[in-house]
Amino acid sequence: MQTTTTPSRSRIQSLAKGDSLQRLLALGALMILLAFFSALSEPFRTTDNYISILVATAVNGVLAMGVTFVIITGGIDLSVGTTMTFCSVVMGLVVTNAGFPLWLGIPAALAAGALVGAVNGTLIAKAKIPPFIATLGMLNVTRGLAQILSDVKPIYFEGTPQFYELFMGKFIFGIPNVVFIMFGAAILATLVLNRTVLGRYTFALGSNEEATRLSGVNVDAWKIVVYSVCGLFAGLGGILIAARMTSAQPSVGMGYELDAIAAAVIGGTSLSGGEGSIVGTVIGAFIISTLTIGLSILGVPDQWKLVITGLVVIGAVWLDILRRRGRA
Amino acid sequence: MAELLVEMAGISKSFPGVHALDEARFELRAGEVHALVGENGAGKSTLMKILAGIYHRDAGTIKFKGQEVEIASPRAAQDLGISIIHQELNLMGHLTVAQNIFIGREPRGAARFVLDEKALNRKAAELFETLHLKLDPRVRVSGLAVAQQQMVEIAKALSFSSDVLIMDEPTAALTDTEIDELFRIIRHLRERGAGVVHISHRLEELKQISDRVTVMRDGRYIDTVETAEAGIQSIISMMVGRTIFEATPELPEHPDPEVVLEVRHLNRGRAIRDVSFQLRRGEILGFSGLVGAGRTEVVRAVFGADPRDSGEILVHGKPVAIRTPADAVAHGIGYLSEDRKRYGLALKMDVEANVVLASMRRFTGRLGRIKFGRTKAAAEEHVKGLAIKTPSLAQRARNLSGGNQQKVVIAKWLTADTEILIFDEPTRGIDVGAKSEIYRLLNDLAQQGKSIIMISSELPEILRMSHRILVMCEGRITGELDAADASQEAIMTFATQREAIAAA
Repeated sequence: MQTTTTPSRSRIQSLAKGDSLQRLLALGALMILLAFFSALSEPFRTTDNYISILVATAVNGVLAMGVTFVIITGGIDLSVGTTMTFCSVVMGLVVTNAGFPLWLGIPAALAAGALVGAVNGTLIAKAKIPPFIATLGMLNVTRGLAQILSDVKPIYFEGTPQFYELFMGKFIFGIPNVVFIMFGAAILATLVLNRTVLGRYTFALGSNEEATRLSGVNVDAWKIVVYSVCGLFAGLGGILIAARMTSAQPSVGMGYELDAIAAAVIGGTSLSGGEGSIVGTVIGAFIISTLTIGLSILGVPDQWKLVITGLVVIGAVWLDILRRRGRA
Repeated sequence: MAELLVEMAGISKSFPGVHALDEARFELRAGEVHALVGENGAGKSTLMKILAGIYHRDAGTIKFKGQEVEIASPRAAQDLGISIIHQELNLMGHLTVAQNIFIGREPRGAARFVLDEKALNRKAAELFETLHLKLDPRVRVSGLAVAQQQMVEIAKALSFSSDVLIMDEPTAALTDTEIDELFRIIRHLRERGAGVVHISHRLEELKQISDRVTVMRDGRYIDTVETAEAGIQSIISMMVGRTIFEATPELPEHPDPEVVLEVRHLNRGRAIRDVSFQLRRGEILGFSGLVGAGRTEVVRAVFGADPRDSGEILVHGKPVAIRTPADAVAHGIGYLSEDRKRYGLALKMDVEANVVLASMRRFTGRLGRIKFGRTKAAAEEHVKGLAIKTPSLAQRARNLSGGNQQKVVIAKWLTADTEILIFDEPTRGIDVGAKSEIYRLLNDLAQQGKSIIMISSELPEILRMSHRILVMCEGRITGELDAADASQEAIMTFATQREAIAAA
């Protein structure tokens, strides 16, 4: 019982018991999926296809990182998909309609996302509206605003071809830049979550909000910050999707929030709060995109793709519950 | 003599680290109200939970109507006709009165899966009739006052056609008129020949309602007396008896006269009524009183955890605005709740994270980066200083023992450099060995010049630790005692001083 155990042993113990196991399981599942599709399908095992999986993961991955913060606090954000759309429309207005340069459009999109997040956070922390309801409301608000601002018409980034080049161009190894942006965001998010006071309070809120409040932490303010961070990632998602489509499409976005939540959950983030990691979330996002692309290449109809991805999410959560029960 | 309903003899029960019951006994006759009294932790509730099948005894025998019985589960107790009403209400607020009473036993309609709501309400109405209760079976429980909810619980218990009804502090949350109503029903049950066990802290109630009184202390049976022949004072002295601690109180040197915290005319509804007090540097100020006297409410209001209606708080003689716990912490006040798991610890986080949780500002560099070297050093220092037993700093708080969890919470406030520490039941749920360690720690802190408020329901503990004792009853401070003239009897007298008596 004394403090004599070596740190290496306790690390092994925590690896075996902690969230790391779910992350390893998720990584294993991803490897199995990749191996499975690669073995089964010639067109799947091409470099171009692997790159397309990387690219397809970028938008959902970024949204899922933001949602991971919120879920770790024990909350939820259903508005990330439509906030993403709203942000891409804001960027389109700033860059195409108003003719401002790109370097103003990008921060405008990020700011719009952070603002939506701050509204979410304020509704939840100050008005005490349950996160599910507050963000469900904001899902419709941002969706409506995106359509109003764009007049329900796509905004094309015709005057700024460098926009596409900046994000979809291939500076290294023939891999589009969005992939590196996603990994960069993941590293940043990991550092924030594990190394900063914001990350510490994110876990503390989800672990025991009342104890955190009684420790003198201004929990309301930090909740608003966490939701703003989530909005910021939605803003980044908005930029990435606009670059991929070379336009802001006011009618996309619905359903993206569910993929983002699914990615976080598959990656071991607990919906009851207090547990989760960005690495897991990124793996979760890869599992979803690998599954979607792999099934398409195998010629599985869209309807069946939905059924299978749905079952995978349920299976992942069930495994997580079994693992927790085994530990208790 | 009336029929003996229940005979319990030689009942022992241990929980990890605690001897809850040591050869306790108890008997209950048909047609009597039998009060069970004792200090907090005397074993009353444990004994009755064994009778109700919630706990299992380690040793002893239970006879029910002369037959030796094995009560393996709450269901088995119900089948015998033994019902218990817990201190906390266990009702489903969204359901109606009738739905609550017959939950799990709903009358069905023609088809098996269809509920017969009419029959349900009729059965409930019949039940209320026999009990002379004025309750509408169809209203939602959440819309009822606490007293009426208590009546629903009682009706539910009696719907199992019970011969034995155990009530664990049923009056704790009730007003005087509500208590009268409850007693009317209890008397009615007694006339019907049922045996009623009444666990209560309100000694003045004994005369009103009970026929006999059994006194317990430290898990042991002390005596059973006819209520009519016993005086309140003699019952009190049986309750407190000797102390389980060494007689010599380890008081630190006399406190500094400097007043660090002053509370003036604090009020909140019925829970806190015009509470004023001062806390001096290096002093341990004990808050005594029965459960529900309002002690926790007072310190939570001072700490900013709950709102208050009125009242002034002064730190070092200057009025301060404390509206949130963050304000209190900024003024150097820390609060250690009685419920560590709910209010003290982030259980899923590790020891290190918990130790620094209240003082992250000190451990944060540019861009909010945590200085891990410093947090580790701080956590290590306190783990060593407080002798916290943990395999590593990365151990989750959930996996520590109660005493070590308490120490982690103490470490949290020491790290935050608080000079006023409020301990709410610091030794609750902690085994005896760890208790004395916590006591020594409190003494050390006081000697270092920290000022301590300690709420405790254990009289020996409060007598042993405090320089000064404030006693509360029903939201008011009813007495102040110096360590020198404090005794268990004196505290109990103040603690049971209800308003009516105080006025007389």
